[in-house]
Amino acid sequence: MTPKLPLYFDYNATTPVDERVLEAMLPFFGEDFGNPSSRSHAFGWKAEAAVEVARQQVAELIGATPQEITWTAGATESNNLAIKGACEMYRDKGRHIITCSTEHRAVLDPCAALAKAGWQVTHLPVDEAGRVDPAKVEAAITDQTVLISIMAANNETGTLHPLAEIGRIAKQAGVLLHTDATQAAGKIPLAVESLGVALLSLSAHKLYGPKGVGCLYVRRRSPRVRLAKQMHGGSHERGLRSGTLNVPGIVGLGAAAEIAGNELTDDAERLVALRDRLDEGVRSQLPEVQLNGHPTERLCNTANLSFAYVEGEALMMKLSSLAVSSGSACMSASREPSHVLKAMGVPDALANAAIRFSLGRPTTVEEIDFAIGAIVQAVRELRAISPLYELAREGIDPTRLQ
Amino acid sequence: MEPNQSPEFVKHFSHPRNVGSLDRRSRRVGTATVTVADCGDVMRLQIEVDCQGRIARAMFKTFGCSAAIAAGSLTTEWLRGRSVDQAEGFSGDYITERLALTPEKQHSSRLAEDAVRAAIADWKRRRCRQGQPAS
Ligand SMILES: Cc1ncc(COP(=O)(O)O)c(C=O)c1O
Ligand code: FES
Repeated sequence: MTPKLPLYFDYNATTPVDERVLEAMLPFFGEDFGNPSSRSHAFGWKAEAAVEVARQQVAELIGATPQEITWTAGATESNNLAIKGACEMYRDKGRHIITCSTEHRAVLDPCAALAKAGWQVTHLPVDEAGRVDPAKVEAAITDQTVLISIMAANNETGTLHPLAEIGRIAKQAGVLLHTDATQAAGKIPLAVESLGVALLSLSAHKLYGPKGVGCLYVRRRSPRVRLAKQMHGGSHERGLRSGTLNVPGIVGLGAAAEIAGNELTDDAERLVALRDRLDEGVRSQLPEVQLNGHPTERLCNTANLSFAYVEGEALMMKLSSLAVSSGSACMSASREPSHVLKAMGVPDALANAAIRFSLGRPTTVEEIDFAIGAIVQAVRELRAISPLYELAREGIDPTRLQ
Repeated sequence: MEPNQSPEFVKHFSHPRNVGSLDRRSRRVGTATVTVADCGDVMRLQIEVDCQGRIARAMFKTFGCSAAIAAGSLTTEWLRGRSVDQAEGFSGDYITERLALTPEKQHSSRLAEDAVRAAIADWKRRRCRQGQPAS
């Protein structure tokens, strides 16, 4: 039986809403439509109770207390609130932040905004597997450093940073550590205590919840972290983030977090097996395929592969039966290879021919086998018409052509 | 496939014609390997000219985007059977129109045009160097 095409292998971009999550959300679009800020009637009380249940559910997923969870419109907002909010609050200490070169735009851009306002931003390099060296974090800290922001897992490669070690270093130096855990949440166990993080961002739509809702964990004890609000208004969320709460979305995030917590171990085991089947299936049939990312310290669901001697956009077109992500902002005249792969030292030609396969809860073994066949065929076809592949087979290094 | 691709584009990208190589040592063969500086796409185009000055065969290989692949295929089809004189007037606009390329993909038309020019030039050079008459 051929599966329904195109097959979805882009779960790091977004996930479908789990049916159980949708079920939990539905009443809050309908009869339970109240505003949790309405303190004077049952409609409001019911909505508020649901929001607080969700707060508990999310807190449990990351080992926090409910009071430490602030609702946002997603990880982009959480990152902005964490980074700009902490820097504004603690600017008397100094004007220095540390991040790394492979962060998501939702971290890099708030840092760039601070740089424009006169802050010094250190972008730590990564090794060829995409990891930050904790010793480099330690060396970068000065008495001016207010914040370190290092993601838990990279969205393009799945590479996991040694976060707990970085957390220890940050704690010792008395510097706040923020982590963008958007990709890690629901895929690896996260415990804010053992990670030593002060701030943590996550997003519902990457863990089978709805789009447009997320949260920021803000540590309350040792140390108590305070943030300057970035959204002014009706003082919702203890004044930290104004705006009427997205009740159905929040209920969805709560349900998604609870399911993720319960099923994480089973999901991870299954996904690792599927991911490695894909990786090995492709690489056993095709020479010169490179894995971008750490071989083991990597998300269970992500395989980023580069195919030598073919061009990325053409490969994406040939793979039209698969919904995947490419390693470059392609389709444009001057291809800009992914900043993540670039930072890892992947040569432009290989970065351009990189494809990210990210699997999810609904992925089946049949889908994986179909994908292996489609990839092998597409790459073989493109290599057959690639003059560079022909040169390489004749022993000429095509990178020295120009 | 992207929704806005012309059937001609899909045809030449999915099943490119005349992929391969001709004997580059033959004096009837002109070979060109050209590249676009912007994007790094590479096209190798070869023509084989018969004694009437007609292009009997044209073959290509492309490392590049879908448009560059489709352009290579369409170009070889156009070249086949034309005289060298006609081929010298080849314009990338033909590729742009037939493949309905959007502006940002039009450097693949230039790539094809450059390849045709360079392949003819190579054929002429080789023919002259080896002291052969024109036809
Ligand atoms: C690592 C990372 N951070 C932040 C985001 C942005 O999340 P959101 O879409 O919830 O704003 C994403 C998703 O693209 C991501 O992968
Ligand atoms: S991207 Fe320049 S010709 Fe293909």
